[in-house]
Amino acid sequence: MYQIVKAEKLADKIYLCVVEAPRVARSCEPGEFVIVKMDEEGERIPLTICDFDREKGTVTIVFQTVGASTEKMASLKAGDAFRDFVGPLGNPSDFVKEDLESLKQKKYLFVAGGVGAAPVYPQVKWMKEHGIDADVIVGSKTKDLLILTKEMEEAAGNLYITTDDGSFGNKGMVTSVIEELVEKQGKHYDVCVAIGPMIMMKFVCLLTKKLEIPTIVSLNPIMVDGTGMCGACRVTVGDKVKFACVDGPEFDGHLVNFDEAMKRQQMYKTQEGRAMLRLKEGDTHHGGCGHCGGDE
Amino acid sequence: MEGKRDMMKKVPVREQDPKVRAANFKEVCLGYNEIEAVAEAERCLNCKNAKCVAGCPVSIDIPAFIQEVKAGNFKGAAEVIAKSSALPAVCGRVCPQETQCEGQCVRGIKGEAVSIGKLERFVADWSREHGFVPAAPEKTNGKKVAVIGSGPAGLTCAGDLAKLGYEVTIFEALHEPGGVLTYGIPEFRLPKDGVVQPEIDNVRKLGVTIETNVVIGKSVTIDELMEEEGFQAVFIGSGAGLPKFMGIPGENANGVFSANEYLTRSNLMKAFREDYDTPIMDAKKVVVVGGGNVAMDAARTALRLGAEVHIVYRRSEKELPARAEEVHHAKEEGIIFDLLTNPAEILTDENGWVKGIICRRMELGEPDESGRRRPVEVAGSEFEIEADTVIMALGTSPNPLISNTTKGLEINRWKCIIADENNGKTTKEGVYAGGDAVTGAATVILAMEAGRAGARGIDEYLSGKTES
Repeated sequence: MYQIVKAEKLADKIYLCVVEAPRVARSCEPGEFVIVKMDEEGERIPLTICDFDREKGTVTIVFQTVGASTEKMASLKAGDAFRDFVGPLGNPSDFVKEDLESLKQKKYLFVAGGVGAAPVYPQVKWMKEHGIDADVIVGSKTKDLLILTKEMEEAAGNLYITTDDGSFGNKGMVTSVIEELVEKQGKHYDVCVAIGPMIMMKFVCLLTKKLEIPTIVSLNPIMVDGTGMCGACRVTVGDKVKFACVDGPEFDGHLVNFDEAMKRQQMYKTQEGRAMLRLKEGDTHHGGCGHCGGDE
Repeated sequence: MEGKRDMMKKVPVREQDPKVRAANFKEVCLGYNEIEAVAEAERCLNCKNAKCVAGCPVSIDIPAFIQEVKAGNFKGAAEVIAKSSALPAVCGRVCPQETQCEGQCVRGIKGEAVSIGKLERFVADWSREHGFVPAAPEKTNGKKVAVIGSGPAGLTCAGDLAKLGYEVTIFEALHEPGGVLTYGIPEFRLPKDGVVQPEIDNVRKLGVTIETNVVIGKSVTIDELMEEEGFQAVFIGSGAGLPKFMGIPGENANGVFSANEYLTRSNLMKAFREDYDTPIMDAKKVVVVGGGNVAMDAARTALRLGAEVHIVYRRSEKELPARAEEVHHAKEEGIIFDLLTNPAEILTDENGWVKGIICRRMELGEPDESGRRRPVEVAGSEFEIEADTVIMALGTSPNPLISNTTKGLEINRWKCIIADENNGKTTKEGVYAGGDAVTGAATVILAMEAGRAGARGIDEYLSGKTES
């Protein structure tokens, strides 16, 4: 069992847990993820690592409730435990392995959408710890859904916050901020890291391709084991089929086939997918896919 | 059996009726009872130069255990088997006996071979039901060995080393131990709570510790285990790895699964049960591509979940790599075999879901490097099979996680770990390996043989090594 030392609601439907997992805490790096399983009957749910403390042996995860399994997870309190917590999985972000001196010559732009702020945070924090000031754009639908802004403020060089409805910071999508910074303010970026909803990453990539900024995205497709064994997470990158769990989760965003990836996510996520799923799975679908609202 | 019994024939084994079992996940084969087992044991000729033993990868003294069964001494039979195998209830169920022990049986020359597999299963089930457990060694020798993977290779290696007094820890990446016995082979062929769990518990009772949720190469590396956690030797039994796909158009459509994914959802995550959260697609018409045991398992799982199931295989029935019993059971249950057929493209609807598969007819040409006749496409033979689900059961390629993160561990051109088959020795000192990670996808019993060889190699290495 993996003890929860802190549980907190960050925003509507967004929760944070600090979990005792010494092996994961000791070896994880920014960019990697974990798989958690709440109880015997629960699904294996992949979640990116938001923070870690090697000395205390703890790992911080952030999740959004989107269905039966995550709904159950939202009720966990400090003192409760996850039945299973495995990781780190996937590969660290490329910059972790890069030569620090050459890395310091590069200007990074991080773009976080929604819960995507959670996996972006440890990357920005890593940059800060290594003496690199990165620019960070955080976007969400509305003020109440913004998370980790204080932490991000401390770690970022410049922080730009934008909300779709203008209730906090700039009004508009993250792409409009990128345009503002690059085209109006004339800022230059060597690398963009964009993490958030698939549709956001798609549009950021369309823009950065035009602006000729190499862009890394982090994908979170449907997975079962997370160690390469099942192939559920396959994604087309360029002309190759990759497994997000062992080849990713970070890929060259300009090569990712987002339309296919979104279709594959639809298996469980969109209205169409829900209807299709009910139709296709019939009685065997009893909630817990994490997306359909399950047995409501 | 009226009057005189036909000693040329096996005592038939009771099975669930095909029509009934096609709709449940209970075990297909019901096994022998005591009377049937003794009757079958009487057919054994107790050959002096027993060829069956040579046919067994772990060299169980088969005539000796069968003589004990014949005498009604089932505990004695279990003790004979325990000398050579840690997982008899598993092997009695999943070994390809027809090409191993039973394939060598002298009885088989004129009649039917002795049902060695069913007798092994009987003895294992009997001893479990009667609470016979292997004895743990009285004291350990204080030497720590790490075993990576809790499948058949790892469990066997760990069990053998524990019996020799080593302190063994198994590291398992998934949340349940058992490897392919847990995630791969279905409940109806190998019951999890009834058979797999008790065999794993028996290995634990020998003093072996199992730590789940540890991905070696990620959570901790082999070098760290040896340098920081005090393990003096390591056995890698990490299994097969990444599922293969064909590379045909439409393969990433919704409704195309690897057999690994489909079986893992059903077996490990128990998606076939109402009370578990993980979903599995309620397919109406399934095409399974491949002809091995994994293909049969996926097909028969889909059938039990209510689908019409076709197996598409590019060679003929004779070349099917699956165990004869699995093919027989699959046919009895109503699986449709489309042989000499090869998929060319998966068709999708406007929402990206599978709606069919285009196949081509094949004919057999000259033998290829595997000795099997090479299938060749028949020109202009394309046809469509309607389907909403396609399951690819084409084998696996090795997972590079361990080889990429272990200094000095070499792999061959197929990316399998290089290891000596006699003792499991790899290119890195103190590190041994066996099973699918070394050979590519094979069988449970061959993995057990490799686990046993690895334990021997590690014991030779550590007993020759002076205490530091």
